[in-house]
Amino acid sequence: QGKFTLLRDTRTDGSFLVHHFLSFYLRAGCKVCFVALLQSFSHYNIVAQKLGVSLTAAKERGQLVFLEGLKSCLDLLFGEEEEQSGQPSPLQFMSESASSLKALFDFVRTSLTPTGSNSWKGPVLLVDDLSVLLSLGATPVAVLDFIHYCRVAVCSQLKGNIVVLVHSNEDSEDEENELVVNSLCHHSDLILWVEGLATGFCKDVHGQIKIIRRVSLELTAEQDHVQIYQYKIQDKNVTFFARGLSAAVL
Amino acid sequence: AAAGGAARGRGVTSFQRKAAAGSRLAAVAGTRPSVRHGQLLISSGLPSLDCVLGGGVAVGTLLLIEEDKYGLYSNLLFKYFLAEGVVCGHDLFVASAKDHPDNILKQLPAPLLDDTQRNELGGEATAVKSEDFQDSMKIAWRYQNLPKMEASPTSTKFGHYYDVSKTMSPELSQSIKWRSFYLPEELSSQPKMKTCNMNSAYSRLLHSIQRIIYQEGFDGSDPQKKQKTILRIGIQSLGSMLWGDDICSNDTPEDIHSLTKFLYVLRGLLRKSLSACIITVPAHLIQNKAIMERVTNLSDTVVGLESFIGSERETNPLYKDYHGLVHVHQVPRLNSLICDVSDTKDLAFRLKRKLFTIERLHLPPDLSDTVSRASKQDLAESAKLLSSGCGAMAIGKKHLDF
Repeated sequence: QGKFTLLRDTRTDGSFLVHHFLSFYLRAGCKVCFVALLQSFSHYNIVAQKLGVSLTAAKERGQLVFLEGLKSCLDLLFGEEEEQSGQPSPLQFMSESASSLKALFDFVRTSLTPTGSNSWKGPVLLVDDLSVLLSLGATPVAVLDFIHYCRVAVCSQLKGNIVVLVHSNEDSEDEENELVVNSLCHHSDLILWVEGLATGFCKDVHGQIKIIRRVSLELTAEQDHVQIYQYKIQDKNVTFFARGLSAAVL
Repeated sequence: AAAGGAARGRGVTSFQRKAAAGSRLAAVAGTRPSVRHGQLLISSGLPSLDCVLGGGVAVGTLLLIEEDKYGLYSNLLFKYFLAEGVVCGHDLFVASAKDHPDNILKQLPAPLLDDTQRNELGGEATAVKSEDFQDSMKIAWRYQNLPKMEASPTSTKFGHYYDVSKTMSPELSQSIKWRSFYLPEELSSQPKMKTCNMNSAYSRLLHSIQRIIYQEGFDGSDPQKKQKTILRIGIQSLGSMLWGDDICSNDTPEDIHSLTKFLYVLRGLLRKSLSACIITVPAHLIQNKAIMERVTNLSDTVVGLESFIGSERETNPLYKDYHGLVHVHQVPRLNSLICDVSDTKDLAFRLKRKLFTIERLHLPPDLSDTVSRASKQDLAESAKLLSSGCGAMAIGKKHLDF
C-alpha cells in the first residue's frame, strides 16, 4: 500500500511490465486509472485479453478509468471550439505555453477518489509512459511536480499505488529525460529495470531485469536489495530465469 | 484463417467495435492479415523490406525512414511506397515542401507487371539461385537448411517489383485518387486554426490530413461512406528547414517540441483510420540527438539508411557489392507482447540493374595471401557496426575477437 514503483527500460521495450501490472491490479479488484499515452486502447485490450482480463468490461463496471492520449490529443487539436462540459482536456498543456500538468493531475485525482458507491480495493495509478510528456512540451520540472502531486494524492492520502514507465538510455543525449529518470529513481520504493543484453541480440533471452527494492529508504542502514534475472517474452506470458540458465542452454 | 484474420485485423483501429455485429469486412485490395498478430498489412513497395519488417507495414502505423546523406535512396523508398499504392488502387496523400507532389507522382517507377519483363527478372533471380545450389553444399552442409533471405518472394499479389529506369505511365498514376500538400502553396491560403503551439507548417499539414480522413470516411465515422481502400500518406523530408523547423540547422533550436508533437498527433490520426504513413527525416542533419531519440520512441517502425557515397566505404572491398547499409532501429509491438524481430541484423541494400533490394550483408572472403592490417581494421569497424541494430539489441561495448 502506498508504494511507488518505477519501471525503467534501457535499449529494449519494457511495456510487457505495464501489461502485467494492468492485468494484475484489475484481477486483484483495485480501481485503476491508466494514463495510456503511447498506444491505443485496442492494443492494450487485446494484450490484456491474452492475459485473461477484459478492459472493456472493466471500463463498463467502473473499475478502470482509461485515458487514451492519442485520442485526447485529437480532440484537443481538432475538437470544437466550445468547451465540452466545462472540463478542460487532461492534455491541456500541449496547447498552452505555460506547461503545467495540473489538468492531468485533476483528471487523475477525480478518477481515483472513491465515489462511495463502489468499494474497490486500493486505487492504482498506471502511467505508460512518462517520457512522452517531455516530448509533448512539458518541462522536466512540471513532470516531476505532477508525479509529486500524484504521490501525495494517491500514495499518502488514498493509500494507493503508483506504477510509472520511463525510458532511459545509457549514453542518451536527452538530458531532460535523464533528469526525470534519475529523480524518480531516488524516490521510488521499487525499481524494475529492464535492459537489453550487453552482448547483443539473442533469440532466447530477450533481456535482463534488475529488481531493486529500496530498503535504504526505510532508514534501517540496510543496502538496497538487488536481484537480477533474465527473461524471455512469449505470446501469453513472460518466463524469468536465473542468468545464464535459459531454456535454450539447459 | 484469412477471414478470421481480416476480422481481427481491425485491432489497431476503432473498427473493431463498430464491426462487432459479426459482419465480415470485405478484403481490401493490396492488404493481407499478418500471420503473427492478425493485423492488416500493406506492402511497403519493396518486398525485401516487407520481409525485414515482418510481412509489411501495418495499417494504422507510421514508417519513419532516416534519410541517407544525399537523400537518394530514401527518396527511392518513398516513391516505392507511393507506387505500390497506385498499383494496389489505394488513395494517396503526398506532402512535400521541396518537390511539388505533382512532379513526385510523375516520377514514380514503373511496375514490372509485364510477363516478359517478369520472366527476365525471374530468370535473373533463378540464375543466381541455381549457381548456389549447383552442388548441394558439400562442405557447409550444415547451412543447407537455413532459410535464405527472401530477396525474391514468389507470391505476386502482395508486393510488386519496380523498374527504376522507367517511369510509371500517366494512365496508371492518374487512375487512383490522390491529394497533395505542397507547403509553399498552402502557406498563402488557409485561415487561422488551432496549432497547439506547433510550427504552423506542421499544424496545417495535420489539419489537411485530418480533413481528408474525415471527409473521405477513412475513420469509419460516417456509416454511409464505407471506405474500401487504404489511404497511403507520404511526407517528404519532415523536419528539414523547408518546413520552417530549425532543428536541422541549429544546435539549440527554438522549438524542439514541434516535430514530436506532430508525430504524436499524426499517430493518433493513423491509429483511428485505415491509413499508413511513410515519413522521411533528414536525421543526419539534426544536431540535437535527443530529438531523434524522442522521434524514434514516438514512431512505430524506424529504418535508417546509410549510403556509401562519399565515404571511405565506397572503395572498401568489403562492401563492393552493396551501395549502403540498412539499420532497423525499431519494429513495433502491435496487439501483442512480442514483436516480429527479424533474426538478421546486418542488412545492406543495393541498386542493381533496375532492382533495389535489401539483403543480408555478406562480407566477402579474405582471399589475400597475407592478412593485411588495413582490412583487419575495417573488419573490426564493420563488426562494431554489425552489432548495432534493432531496438531489442544492445550495442556491444567490447569487440569480441574470435
